[in-house]
Amino acid sequence: MKTTENIFDDTAIIVSDGCCVQLANNPALDDVTFEIKKGKKVAVVGPNGGGKSTLFNAIAGLVPIINGSLKINGMSPKDAKGTISYVPQRDLINRNFPLSVKQVVEMGLINKNTLNLFSRKEINLKIKEALTNVGLSEKINENINNLSGGQFQRVLIARGLAQDADILLLDEAFSAVDVGAQEDIMSLINDINLDGKTILVATHDLNNLEKNFDEVLCLNRHCCAYGDPAEVLTEDVIEEMYGSHYEMFKYHTSEKHEKNND
Amino acid sequence: MIEVLVEPFKYEFMIRSIITAVASGIMLSTLGPFAINRNMGFMADAMAHATLPIIAVGVFLGFSISELGVPASVLIAVFLGYIIKNSNVGEDTAIGIIFSSFFALGFVLISVLNVTINLEDLLFGQILAVSRFDVFIVVSMCVVVVGLMVVFFKQLLFYSFDPIGAEVKGLNTNFLNYLFLVVLSVAIVASLQTVGIILVLSMLLIPAAASKLVTNTFVFSIYVSIIFGTFSSVSGLYLSYFYNLPSGPTMSLVATGIFIICFFVNKLKKVKIQ
Repeated sequence: MKTTENIFDDTAIIVSDGCCVQLANNPALDDVTFEIKKGKKVAVVGPNGGGKSTLFNAIAGLVPIINGSLKINGMSPKDAKGTISYVPQRDLINRNFPLSVKQVVEMGLINKNTLNLFSRKEINLKIKEALTNVGLSEKINENINNLSGGQFQRVLIARGLAQDADILLLDEAFSAVDVGAQEDIMSLINDINLDGKTILVATHDLNNLEKNFDEVLCLNRHCCAYGDPAEVLTEDVIEEMYGSHYEMFKYHTSEKHEKNND
Repeated sequence: MIEVLVEPFKYEFMIRSIITAVASGIMLSTLGPFAINRNMGFMADAMAHATLPIIAVGVFLGFSISELGVPASVLIAVFLGYIIKNSNVGEDTAIGIIFSSFFALGFVLISVLNVTINLEDLLFGQILAVSRFDVFIVVSMCVVVVGLMVVFFKQLLFYSFDPIGAEVKGLNTNFLNYLFLVVLSVAIVASLQTVGIILVLSMLLIPAAASKLVTNTFVFSIYVSIIFGTFSSVSGLYLSYFYNLPSGPTMSLVATGIFIICFFVNKLKKVKIQ
C-alpha cells in the first residue's frame, strides 16, 4: 500500500541554485535558491508579478536562465522537456477549437516524432486510464466547451497523467473555479501525489496551505522562504511578499474561522 | 441535367479551370478550420496582399505568377513569422504594417518597372485563363499541403490549442509555427489565379466558418469545410460559365450562400434545443 511516507525519497528532483531570469531586460527572478525532493506537493505563492509563472516557465525550459543554475532530475530544463507536464493558466489555452476530451488527453501522448500514422489501441487504453483517474471517463467524447472550469482543469491534469510525466506544474489551478471544484482538484492532486509525482501548484490562495501541501515556496522575484508551510509562512515572510497585509491573511485561515464559529 | 453538367467539359480550358477550382477548394478549406480557430484571417489577408511586390519583380524578370508561387509564399511566410515574433508592436499591428506597406510597394513597383499586369485578374482571379502548367502547380501544391497537414495533424493541433503545453512536451513549436505559415502561404499564393488576392480570403474562411456552425468536432469540421469549399468552387465555376459571371466572385458568393444557410441551420438547432 502506498503511503505518504514511502513515496518520498531524498532525491532532489528540482534544484535551483541562485537562478536568475530576465524578462524584457527586467529581473523576473533574482538569485532564487531551493531544492524540491521527489514526490513532494509544493505550493508556489507570491503576488502578481512575483515570478510564479516565470519560475514554472524556467523549470519547463521556456525562458533562459541568465545566471545561476536550475536542474531537473540532474538535467538542464531544455533537456528535461518531456519529463514535465505543464498546465498553463487557462487564458493561454485556445478554447476556440471544438475538441473532445479524448483529443485533449491524447495530446499528452504526442511527442516530436508523433505523426498521424499510429495504431489506436494502446493510445485509447492510456486515455481511458487517465480519464478514469480524474473521474471523467464518462465525458470522454464530450466537447471541452461543454465542461465546467473545474472539469476542464481535470482534463488538463489527465493529459499530464497520460504523459506519465515525473513533474506536474499547475499554474493558477484554482483560479476561476468554485470552492467545490477547488476541493475536487485538490483531492485529485493528493491522489496523483500518492503515485509519487512531484507537483508544483502556483496559487494565490493562502488558505489551507498547511493542510494541502508538504512545502511552500514564497516568491517575490526572489525566494522569500521555502519549507514547511507551518514554519515558513511567518508575518515577516508574508509582509515581504505582499506588503503590510499580514492581518488579512492571518484572518483568512480555516482555523480562524473555526475559532470564530466556536 | 447530365448534359448540362458535362457541357463545360467540351472545352479544354473549362477542364483545366475545374481541376484548378477543385484543388484550390480542397487546399484552402483544409487549412480554413485551423485559420479561423487561430484567428488568422487578417494574417491570411496580409499574405495574399504581400505577394504583389514579389509578383511585380518576378514578372519584370520574366517569370509567370505560377513559377513564382512557391518561393514567393515561403519568403512571405518566413518574413511575416519573423516580424511578428520579433517586433514588440503586437501581432495585429505588425501584420497591418506589412499588409499595407507591401501592397503599396507592389503598386509602386508595377508603375516604376513598367510591368504589364492585369490588376483586375490579380485582384479577383482569372481561373478561365489557367495554363496546363498552372494546373500542374496548383494540383501539386494541393497534394503537398494536404499531405503535410495529414502527417503533422496531431502536432499542429496540439500546438494550435496549447502552444506552451506543446513546447514543454518537447514538440518543435518553432518548426510547427513556420510549417503552418508556409503551408498557408503556399495555399493562398497557389490559389491567386483562381479567386485572386481579394477573394482568396473568402475561400479560406467562409467554408470553414460555415462548417463550424453545423459540426461539433474539429476533425468533422475539416471534412465538411472541404465539401463546402469544393462545392463552392465548382458550382461557382458552373454558374459563371452558364450565366457569364466573373468566376472568382461567383465562387465567393456561393460560399457566402452556404454560410448563410448554415447560420440559420445553427439558429434553428439552438431554438429546438431551448
